[in-house]
Amino acid sequence: MTIDWSWISDHTDDLTTLTVSHLQAALSAVLFGLLISLPLAVVAHRVRPLRGFLLGLSNVLFTIPSIAVFVLLLPVSGLTRTTTVIGLTIYTLVVLLRNTVEGLDSVPTKTKEAAKAMGTRPLRTLLTVEFPLALPVIMAGVRIATVMSISLVSVATYIGDGGLGQLFTDGFQRNFPTPVIVGVVLTLLLAVVADAALVAVQYALTPWTRRRA
Amino acid sequence: MIQFDAVHKRFPNGTTAVHDLSLAMPEGGVTVLVGSSGCGKTTTLRMINRMVEPTSGTIRVGGKDVQQQDAAELRRSIGYVIQQSGLFPHRTVLDNIATVPLLLGWGRRKARARAAELLETVGLTPEAGRRYPHQLSGGQQQRVGVARALAADPPVLLMDEPFGAVDPVVRTQLQDELLRLQKELSKTIVFVTHDIDEAVRLGDRIAIFRTGGHLVQCAEPAELLARPADDFVADFLGAERGLKLLSLRTLAEVPQGPAPEGGTWTLVLDEGRKPLHWASKDAELPVRPLQDTDSLLSALNESVASPTGLIARVDTAGVLTGVSSRDDIHEHANRAHTEVVAA
Repeated sequence: MTIDWSWISDHTDDLTTLTVSHLQAALSAVLFGLLISLPLAVVAHRVRPLRGFLLGLSNVLFTIPSIAVFVLLLPVSGLTRTTTVIGLTIYTLVVLLRNTVEGLDSVPTKTKEAAKAMGTRPLRTLLTVEFPLALPVIMAGVRIATVMSISLVSVATYIGDGGLGQLFTDGFQRNFPTPVIVGVVLTLLLAVVADAALVAVQYALTPWTRRRA
Repeated sequence: MIQFDAVHKRFPNGTTAVHDLSLAMPEGGVTVLVGSSGCGKTTTLRMINRMVEPTSGTIRVGGKDVQQQDAAELRRSIGYVIQQSGLFPHRTVLDNIATVPLLLGWGRRKARARAAELLETVGLTPEAGRRYPHQLSGGQQQRVGVARALAADPPVLLMDEPFGAVDPVVRTQLQDELLRLQKELSKTIVFVTHDIDEAVRLGDRIAIFRTGGHLVQCAEPAELLARPADDFVADFLGAERGLKLLSLRTLAEVPQGPAPEGGTWTLVLDEGRKPLHWASKDAELPVRPLQDTDSLLSALNESVASPTGLIARVDTAGVLTGVSSRDDIHEHANRAHTEVVAA
């Protein structure tokens, strides 16, 4: 298997476009996943009876095969980026919801009690005490969801999207390995870079976890 | 002043935590709630800032029924120090202290300036303000807890076993600091502990609770030690009740005379007339000089340890003012006891 280097240099613009599109799809999914998970996690954390139901539901959604999700969404949103993002978002929920609930659970009762006893109202306690303290666990979920989404975007090639995934079909159809290898390498790079960026974000957001005494 | 009137607390599981409590906690004084675990002392404390709601009865702080006030606003007007400090791990020490001022809308700069001031009040360096709670020792964290409670200068301070998790040496230091602060600030303090020695040390009044949330006796420490209401209180106060009573009296009234000369033992002074040690022909024994503010108990202890039965008395600068004999100390101890018992 040899790599045709000239193909790469001839297609840098296409590769850039595909990489950006790939990343956009994955990041949008994580972002929407968070927007849905955070409030749901608060509900699951506060209302015990709903907790099992919500976590169970996210598990069930996760077990639907990805291609089936896209097929099921076709009548709703057609062959569009929206379908890709909705599909990916559904898969992020299982990690994001579970980790956010666990993150909120991990906040020490004593700390929440202290906030209340100082006269902090519940919403402010949630935003300024509970979420910040849950952040390390939530971020662990965001990292998994991001890497998972980056690898899953390719599946959306079946509905004409799929970012770097298009390189796989292209190479496969023409029996030409270069695009496939480039696609794999770029996907991996994207995942590694995104993960590193998230580690950096978490480091910046959680100064108190550094220099453990 | 904090006033409990016929306050009753039953938890949903059926246990009665506080039973028909009527109690006044005087303004500007330290009221210590003491008793074994499960006696309702913490519940009583937590009903004051509505962390626990009473089942019936009324609680007034400064004449106002707490039930009629917004819970969050009420809590901001009452300082609260919790077991093992309960600091916010994700905020710097300075921001921890600034919590209530920020909630009150002081603005960040003013709140931080106030926090920096309090850092000094509780004996911490400005450098400590930039740290996170986990980077401090247990004792330092507890000081931050006190500073945080004082930040908005509330008239009332609730302290729930604040020094329970630190070692005895640090605990004594923190108690001393609290007494020193209280002398300056005259807050109305409600202090929960299960340690009777701590109660005797800190309390202007001590309320003893029995399991089931019954208040058994509430009195000044001396009164409590001299006349426990029943066997339960007497047991709780322990066998050294008499000695504890002596810990409440100071040495000030015990007469003193000049240091003896020409005996077997002489008290050796340095050039500034500060006591160094007891010396005989062939031995030296340490001396621990006492000031007027020291307790009769420590005087008694020192006189037992002294080879002559004499204790060295010094002024605040450590300069010898005279000596007192074991007999004088005994006589005053007796008198103190009789006085309280007969009062």
